[in-house]
Amino acid sequence: MRPVYVVSGGVSKFKKARPDKTFQAIVKEAVVYTLQDIGLEYGKFLEIVDGSVASYFSDHFTRQLMAGIMVQDYLGLTPKPSHRVEGGGATGGLCFQEAWKSIASGNMDLCLAYGFETMSHVNTWKGNEFIALASDVSFDYPVGGFYSGYYAMMVVRHMKEFGTTVEQMAHVSVKNHMNAYHNPYAQKRQKLTIGDVRGAPIVAWPLTRLDICVMSDGAACTLIASEEGIRKLEKATGKSVNAVKITGIGRGTDAMRMSDRPHKEVPLLPHEKAEDYVGKQFVGGKLKYPGIHSFRAGRTASLQAYKHAGIKDPLKEIDFVELHDAYTSSEIQTYEDMGLCRYGEGGEFATSGKTFMPGIEYGLKLKDQPVCPVNPSGGLIACGHPVGATGLMQAVFAMWQLQGTIGKHFGDPKLQLKNPKRGAIHSHAGTGTYVSVSILEKS
Amino acid sequence: MTKKRIQEVVEETDEGTILFNVPMPRNVELLKDLSPIIIKQSYHIDYIHSYGQDSPWFAGLANKRLLGTRCQKCRYGFATPKLSCMECGGECDWVEMPLEGKVHTFTVCEFGSEEFLKETPFLLCLVEFEGFNTLLLSRLIGLDPKEATLNWVGMKVKAKFRRNSKFKPTDVYFVPA
Ligand SMILES: [Zn+2]
Repeated sequence: MRPVYVVSGGVSKFKKARPDKTFQAIVKEAVVYTLQDIGLEYGKFLEIVDGSVASYFSDHFTRQLMAGIMVQDYLGLTPKPSHRVEGGGATGGLCFQEAWKSIASGNMDLCLAYGFETMSHVNTWKGNEFIALASDVSFDYPVGGFYSGYYAMMVVRHMKEFGTTVEQMAHVSVKNHMNAYHNPYAQKRQKLTIGDVRGAPIVAWPLTRLDICVMSDGAACTLIASEEGIRKLEKATGKSVNAVKITGIGRGTDAMRMSDRPHKEVPLLPHEKAEDYVGKQFVGGKLKYPGIHSFRAGRTASLQAYKHAGIKDPLKEIDFVELHDAYTSSEIQTYEDMGLCRYGEGGEFATSGKTFMPGIEYGLKLKDQPVCPVNPSGGLIACGHPVGATGLMQAVFAMWQLQGTIGKHFGDPKLQLKNPKRGAIHSHAGTGTYVSVSILEKS
Repeated sequence: MTKKRIQEVVEETDEGTILFNVPMPRNVELLKDLSPIIIKQSYHIDYIHSYGQDSPWFAGLANKRLLGTRCQKCRYGFATPKLSCMECGGECDWVEMPLEGKVHTFTVCEFGSEEFLKETPFLLCLVEFEGFNTLLLSRLIGLDPKEATLNWVGMKVKAKFRRNSKFKPTDVYFVPA
């Protein structure tokens, strides 16, 4: 396999609705930004790019099959190779990894990974229905048909098993919204208190409207390159490229019906021991894993990505994480899957301060200094979740963070970490049915 | 020879979207500044959905019997129809489930997807059964949604069946035992 880099990216502002443009033209916005940022003229781009991967989740939202090819021709990329990636909420993360594969394998030197979703074409309740069709339509959908309900059941069990509280979840919402306050691409830029989050209307007990991400229209893309691809870019632009290396990828899966998730041993990360999950703090004296309180796919993806990137102790070796916080509860569950803390300790970890950004005032009493900021961009909760674009948006924000260019792109340097070396992005589908983790490093 | 005349005008019909007027400036260069035209399109489908190998489960509900499956090779017990074992790939057989279980977890849906909006607030739960390794997603009835508490986790519940089967998984539901 060859070394792979992400060299540029763009995100259209995520909004509730973008009736002014069709999905093709929204993707084009992100692509144009990507090229302008490295000073690559559009015609030159069409000359040297080898192909693309298209990312979008639901054919129902567009009521248009083969939407990927319509983007491809709008961008002027026909007749170059492309394929569409679909994996629920993880679609964007999978797209990023498919582009990685195209480069790593030697099949391409320059690959554009683009994604979009236009969810405003239906009302929120219909959108919830479309999303719920990504649960078993014989056994799950007809009973509840509501993803927020499924996630709420998962966190209720997490609360029962580990003592996690709704206030701990609210910390995640306050953090992510406050971070997004400084991110002009975010859909929701709000300064909130724990009281605001808990006082918002309940959607599925105990999750409130401010514990849950919103539907969005938006697009994002990244340009992925080999070393040869970087040389081609530099020749075409006459400028040096500020490349970020993709040093690890991992993926995992789990049963679609969360009721079917079995109980196994915890797959341990290098810094964990089997004894960590035995003791009277666990129901029955031993952690029943994954249960429905944990995402086995998230642990599987993390294990592979960490092994690939040579990470032994994630909290110490990763400087920030952009993770899939469709729910405040799933951010807490994901801390545990990614080994930022042990299983069962996610609630406490959420309020410790370790996942917050330095230099931002949250109005909360936090006992620890930031160690590994999680969702420095504001995450899905505040940025929005136009599904096919989301994982790529994370890649773009993580790349800018490692390039040290947040100030330039956000027009505000507040969210720029001081000299971060390594970041992780995490994309998640279903109630943890597909999960991808990718590691990005300053090169 | 007279040629048969072919109709040269399309029929004017009344269904669908009718726009009686749209803005059009004399100068086409101004068109880029116009607001988008947004139309409503309705979309309805009847699916012919087969339950396939899982069909006996629904027949069971219609007969007030709750069925699960058990692997003939590794004895793993599924509280849902899984005719192919997730653990070993072996073939499972149908088995009768106990009609009592415990609430493994639950939620109150105050909001929902369009189809279920009119049923809100409704309670969802995952039920665990003695001797079975997996859970069953079901509706929980007979509790006040406003009183939701973590104490409901672990509560004993029993299965009840609809009198007139709709051949949906909601033909069975659970109430406090
Ligand atoms: Zn088996």
